[in-house]
Amino acid sequence: MKTLASIGPINRIERSEETHPLTWRLRDDGQPVWLDEYQRTNGYAAARKALTEMAQADIVQQVKDAGLKGRGGAGFPTGVKWGLMPADESLNIRYLLCNADEMEPNTWKDRLLMEQLPHLLVEGMLISARALKAYRGYIFLRGEYVDAAANLNRAIDEAKAAGLLGKNILGSGFDFELFVHTGAGRYICGEETALINSLEGRRANPRAKPPFPAAVGVWGKPTCVNNVETLCNVPAIVGQGVDWYKSLARPGSEDMGTKLMGFSGKVKNPGIWELPFGISARELFEDYAGGMRDGYRLKCWQPGGAGTGFLLPEHLDAQMYAAGVAKFGTRMGTGLALAVDHTVNMVSLLRNMEEFFARESCGWCTPCRDGLPWSVKTLRALERGQGTAQDIEVLLGLVEFLGPGKTFCAHAPGAVEPLGSAIKYFRPEFEAGVARGEAALTSGAPA
Amino acid sequence: MTITTLIQTDRFALSDAERAAIEHEMHHYEDPRAASIEALKIVQKARGWVPDGAADAIGAILGIPASDVEGVATFYSQIFRQPVGRHIIRVCDSMTCYIGGHESILEAIQKQLGIAPGQTTGDNRFTLIPVCCLGNCDKAPALMIDDDTYGNASAAEIASLLEAYA
Repeated sequence: MKTLASIGPINRIERSEETHPLTWRLRDDGQPVWLDEYQRTNGYAAARKALTEMAQADIVQQVKDAGLKGRGGAGFPTGVKWGLMPADESLNIRYLLCNADEMEPNTWKDRLLMEQLPHLLVEGMLISARALKAYRGYIFLRGEYVDAAANLNRAIDEAKAAGLLGKNILGSGFDFELFVHTGAGRYICGEETALINSLEGRRANPRAKPPFPAAVGVWGKPTCVNNVETLCNVPAIVGQGVDWYKSLARPGSEDMGTKLMGFSGKVKNPGIWELPFGISARELFEDYAGGMRDGYRLKCWQPGGAGTGFLLPEHLDAQMYAAGVAKFGTRMGTGLALAVDHTVNMVSLLRNMEEFFARESCGWCTPCRDGLPWSVKTLRALERGQGTAQDIEVLLGLVEFLGPGKTFCAHAPGAVEPLGSAIKYFRPEFEAGVARGEAALTSGAPA
Repeated sequence: MTITTLIQTDRFALSDAERAAIEHEMHHYEDPRAASIEALKIVQKARGWVPDGAADAIGAILGIPASDVEGVATFYSQIFRQPVGRHIIRVCDSMTCYIGGHESILEAIQKQLGIAPGQTTGDNRFTLIPVCCLGNCDKAPALMIDDDTYGNASAAEIASLLEAYA
């Protein structure tokens, strides 16, 4: 056990500017890349190009053409989101928000970028703000990321002093100011409309959509919310071009570019790596994570965060891109996978996960507020071997009634996706939690 | 804790430093209300927690009802509306840390300090709370004590780790 000043120099792989646009500047010692070093390695060259040589609409078009999709887990096309910002020039107060409220269990990619490459995010936001005509940006950072806050604030101060933020940036006439806003807990703040409420100093309940933030966002003004990793892709797209960007992914992938992917759990070499979309989960698991530690067998895995469904070892041939994972009935999510080993009981694991989701429900809508604690209560009973014969049906009912389209936001659907898949693949483990004698007693069928 | 200890009879007043810090934060936003969470964090940093009167005092500066400030204070998990210990132990309870054995860490803390999540030691030294994924998934289980993060935590080392926090 040791104090961790930062994420440290994890799992460095061979990287180049051509193949690893997000991570090629990472230092081998794990220290942050400050302005001098960032600029020596071509940093802010893309911002200079975007601000002084490109029309605003051309930046949006490039991001659209590159096929960049949101990296926060939902995978919505970034260019389309940007295109929703109003064309009406009289709406001249616009905001760019960076969603840095990284709290998804097993997700730690944005932390790496913010701690070690803070200027990449600042540059990404500067170019994006120019594209969106935003005059002010906020990085909504979770409060527990104290090192990321310090590093981002230092990077912003450096950029301001160098004329890369503030008034008339690089002589372009474009003004942009950037602030770090730190949160005070609650996972729901990562939902983009809840994030807007939280930034405004309100309880982080999600808002009804429509209107979408592009029309009515922070303080009623047009607002765009993008994830850290998404924004960090923008400098390379502008700097190196669409054709190059589209050449990065593996054949067969419908998603473009690279993705920070990872594997945790009882694998030999847990970590995060920048990899092309379309690599197989098996490659990620075996070649990068090194497979399971001695004495542990892979029981199942989750492709990208607590809100994604479980898959079996045979599904490791899935290609890591949205539709590649969707073929097997779940989502790629954040792309940071978790290995569940043979010693883990699925009922106990799901109890742990649903405790998290129940605690983090904002309480706004009934299915989520009441349904998630119900699932916890049921799972606790099954875990103690005191479940009733109906409990599995109750859980499956919750999977349905808390599913997509039935709640105010995506929190509850994310909570029940792993539950549904766990029952699908490991039903006997749930059945084993039914109290002895209960099944025959209540079903009327012979035991 | 008895009812009487929860009723605060002392008049609450912000210090000059707290007031100045809150007014500085207000200028980062178009609407002073946006500084409400930061204002609560400023009060909490100075006092360890947010006493009852703080909602009125913050509301008065920001020009919003005290009930709105209280609504915010009770929503966010890192704002403490009752006294806490001098040190906050946050144990990551993500499924990654669950697989890594975080329940053994909670047990070790309970054994050492006699507190379960949500509780404070009798000498007001420690408060234990669960926290969402701390982003140390390659070093599970992880915990934070105040602003210090620890990875690859082991139950056997908890006692000596806690000694460093007086």
